[in-house]
Amino acid sequence: MAGTTTGIPANVTQGSQTKGGVGESMLRPDGTLKVTGEFAYSSDMWHEEMLWGQILRSTVAHAEIVSIDISEAVALSGVYAVLTADDLPAAKNYGMEYQDTPVLAYGKVRHHGEPVALVAADHPETARRAAAKIKVEYKELPVITDEASATAPDAVLVHEDRGDHHAGHVPHPNIVHRQPIIRGNADEAAKKADVIVKGEYTFGMQDQAFLGPESGLAVPSEDGGVDLYVATQWLHSDLKQIAPCLGLPEEKVRMTMAGIGGAFGGREDISMQILASVLALRTGKPVKMVYNRYESFFGHVHRHPAKLYYEHGATKDGKITHMKCKIVLDGGAYMSSTPSVVGNASSLSVGPYVIDDVEIEAIGLYTNNPPCGAMRGFGAVQACFAYEAQMDKVAAKLGMDPVAFRQKNAMEQGTIMPTGQPVDSPAPVAELLRRVKARPLPPVRQWESSEGADVRALPGGLSNTTHGEGVVRGVGYAVGIKNVGFSEGFDDYSTAKIRVEVINGEAVATVHTAAAEVGQGGVTIHAQIARTELGVQQVTIAPADTQVGSAGSTSAGRQTYMTGGAIKNSCEIVREKVLEIGRRKFGSYHPAWANAELLLEGGKVVTDGGEVLTTLVEVLEDEAVEVEEEFRHRPTEAFDLRTGQGNGHVQYAFAAHRAVVEVDTELGLVKVIELACAQDVGKAVNPLSVIGQIQGGTTQGLGVAVMEEIIVDPKTAKVRNPSFTDYLLPTILDTPTIPVDYLELADPHAPYGVRGIGEAPTLSSTPAVLAAIRNATGLELNKTPVRPEHLTGT
Amino acid sequence: MRVNFTVNGRQQEADDVWEGESLLYVLRERMGLPGSKNACEQGECGSCTVRLDGVPVCSCLVAAGQVEGREVTTVEGLADYAKHRESAHPGGGCASGACGTSLQDAQQWKAKGQDSQTGEGTELSPIQQAFIDAGAVQCGFCTPGLLVAADELLERNDTPSDADIREALSGNLCRCTGYEKILDAVRLAAARQGEVV
Ligand code: FES
Ligand code: FES
Repeated sequence: MAGTTTGIPANVTQGSQTKGGVGESMLRPDGTLKVTGEFAYSSDMWHEEMLWGQILRSTVAHAEIVSIDISEAVALSGVYAVLTADDLPAAKNYGMEYQDTPVLAYGKVRHHGEPVALVAADHPETARRAAAKIKVEYKELPVITDEASATAPDAVLVHEDRGDHHAGHVPHPNIVHRQPIIRGNADEAAKKADVIVKGEYTFGMQDQAFLGPESGLAVPSEDGGVDLYVATQWLHSDLKQIAPCLGLPEEKVRMTMAGIGGAFGGREDISMQILASVLALRTGKPVKMVYNRYESFFGHVHRHPAKLYYEHGATKDGKITHMKCKIVLDGGAYMSSTPSVVGNASSLSVGPYVIDDVEIEAIGLYTNNPPCGAMRGFGAVQACFAYEAQMDKVAAKLGMDPVAFRQKNAMEQGTIMPTGQPVDSPAPVAELLRRVKARPLPPVRQWESSEGADVRALPGGLSNTTHGEGVVRGVGYAVGIKNVGFSEGFDDYSTAKIRVEVINGEAVATVHTAAAEVGQGGVTIHAQIARTELGVQQVTIAPADTQVGSAGSTSAGRQTYMTGGAIKNSCEIVREKVLEIGRRKFGSYHPAWANAELLLEGGKVVTDGGEVLTTLVEVLEDEAVEVEEEFRHRPTEAFDLRTGQGNGHVQYAFAAHRAVVEVDTELGLVKVIELACAQDVGKAVNPLSVIGQIQGGTTQGLGVAVMEEIIVDPKTAKVRNPSFTDYLLPTILDTPTIPVDYLELADPHAPYGVRGIGEAPTLSSTPAVLAAIRNATGLELNKTPVRPEHLTGT
Repeated sequence: MRVNFTVNGRQQEADDVWEGESLLYVLRERMGLPGSKNACEQGECGSCTVRLDGVPVCSCLVAAGQVEGREVTTVEGLADYAKHRESAHPGGGCASGACGTSLQDAQQWKAKGQDSQTGEGTELSPIQQAFIDAGAVQCGFCTPGLLVAADELLERNDTPSDADIREALSGNLCRCTGYEKILDAVRLAAARQGEVV
């Protein structure tokens, strides 16, 4: 812990009498259930009479559907329903920002793995066999796979009739959205540059690869509606999309959050929610659906792969003169959140640096590749990979130290973003870099430890491929900037219902929100905030469902800020109401009820001088106080469509990494030895989970640097590696120690000063590893992931 | 077919098991023991790790027929197994007889207040307690498999080095934690074991 902490109400820092409040390292309330196997994830739901749902997915990427023959599938014993798009009860499309995604393909399929038909059967194997018996005849169409094929004047259109509100301003119907940002005059400023560096970068398609598969249970209800138990990042957004497709009013679709096995953006879009519900309504029986891993790779959107073209100039003394860039994001067949990803990529494309003269363009494409949308870091990740490589290149050309060069150009509080928005809270970019650099380096040749050679510490590890002959070490640095929360004028809010009452002689607070606990630790901090605000030891977290107002999405690093803010807000009102009751009952006994500032601490009503007036139990007796309130962050505005100007973002998060790698140059194998991170978290509400989030995010960035990529065949747009055998994730052997150093520079605009944490560490980890590998090998390496053939030149 | 085997010390019988049904499916869907997780069903992630006659295996790769007459230990029986380790007789299995998850229970988890934070009131094995204490659980989907694997490591090797831990857990993917706190948890459990002896 370090730095200054401001903006925290006095009663919070003094609140030592209520244990487990804001700022303490607390253990998860669901920990015991999770270690005993009792915690019910969405794939664990079970109902006596349930059926199993199964999807048939398209085997081609782009085709007209000529015919679908379900006769053999229907005839199989144990099969209860076989459905195609013709059987859908109501709206045929859904989507988060625009409804362009078919529930089941009709007319056309637009990507490999798109759902085409649906089966319900009494055993999952029966359902699979039935699905395999459905015959679909396709007439294949040419595939659009990249910018050139998408924007050719005679290109086949992925969507012939676009009705979305971006359609009017894009230069080609296969471009989902385009966001330029022009500030200053990059061409003029370039004349002052002593060096100019250009680079072209490719960022591969990453998968969220959460371990808990898409799954859930839909139970038809007596009123003709459906009760749905699923794992999602945003119940109310799902509800808005599901109800019209079922032809039901929202009240008849009751959603309850089931246990979530990770999300990372991959559960923002609908997966099996509508399909299971349609089957349940059709068969009148509960339907369980669990994607297998193969399906999961088709069942959610991925991180946008990107091409990035950058130009930076700098003067001899190390000042950046200008930046020009073009970022091309492949959004795949459906819109999902591509427009917002484009907005993020463009507005954060300069990185955490002061550059007054910029010329930026980001576009998102419609192609026949797998749909892409939200993933941890959301558009900022791809840009960070490129601008950080550029920083190293410019520094090298100037003969400067790469960290010193970054520090010289680092933004700080007050810097104006290329969008014209001032950064109005701490931005300790130079300090974060200083901290990772100041850390002692791990000892060299660690495989020759005191106990003798341990081959496991070498690149290649247990495969015993080297004894250190061709192994070289490299060190690399990177830093990044990520926006927190939903941007560009989105009406972002969260709701919390708080209740206090006396149960078994003890004051108990219940926190009820619709917020998704995806593993990040929200449930822990929700209780911490309630304890801090209400001085109540016992806090119960009610299950998240749609019986309470929307909490917004568990994404964009926003949930501690937003739902934390809603809980704080509601608690403040609860506190007032409790004190009113107290005043009514005991006001005549002590003048402090009328004169003093009163606090709730340790289950008691206390004056600001520390005098105890009474207990909460005595105040409440058999009364309960309940409040449901919303919280909004300050408003943002859309970016201008020509200039990109606008106060588009709420808050920024910053993280820096230093990577130390060892590379076996003969075999092209990389071992990351250490990946140190420094991050400003604003306020660590729960330090234990702060560190866990930073380490997890760092590891996902490491993954994309050296192994993770969904490979799509450029000729057929088919996915080649939809399995954990072929899509490689970092194991415990691939992941180094991740020392974390966090700052707490409060954001004066945020509750408790918090700053979104989960996303920023995913940004800088990838370019830091790449920089370290370049440093070790001297190779250019402009593509993720780095594969052995890139290192050995084979 | 019918399969007879022992799960967490209790004799079990599964009827009408399909040819090719996995042990994982039988445990989760027939025995009501959903603790073993189904993340890949390809033997790649380790989420479904159970012990079969003491040996850690991916239960998704074991055909149900293969377990006839054998002993299976799942995360639900881990505390009991660890307790009875010395006598090498894994005891009465799921003590309450209610390890399975009915819809009512399964609809959602309920925070159990203080108890569920500290592990108080629930008997846990040292490795389970250490995972909670070290903050090694985030979404927790990988946790059951990791616990079974880590417990087996500690049974073999009560003072594992970091390299030993990494080697033993290399078949278990975790997408959330970055593994550092999982290492902490195993070190912690080993250290506590050492104190007891
Ligand atoms: S589910 Fe068995 S190894 Fe992944
Ligand atoms: S996969 Fe989520 S905690 Fe390991």
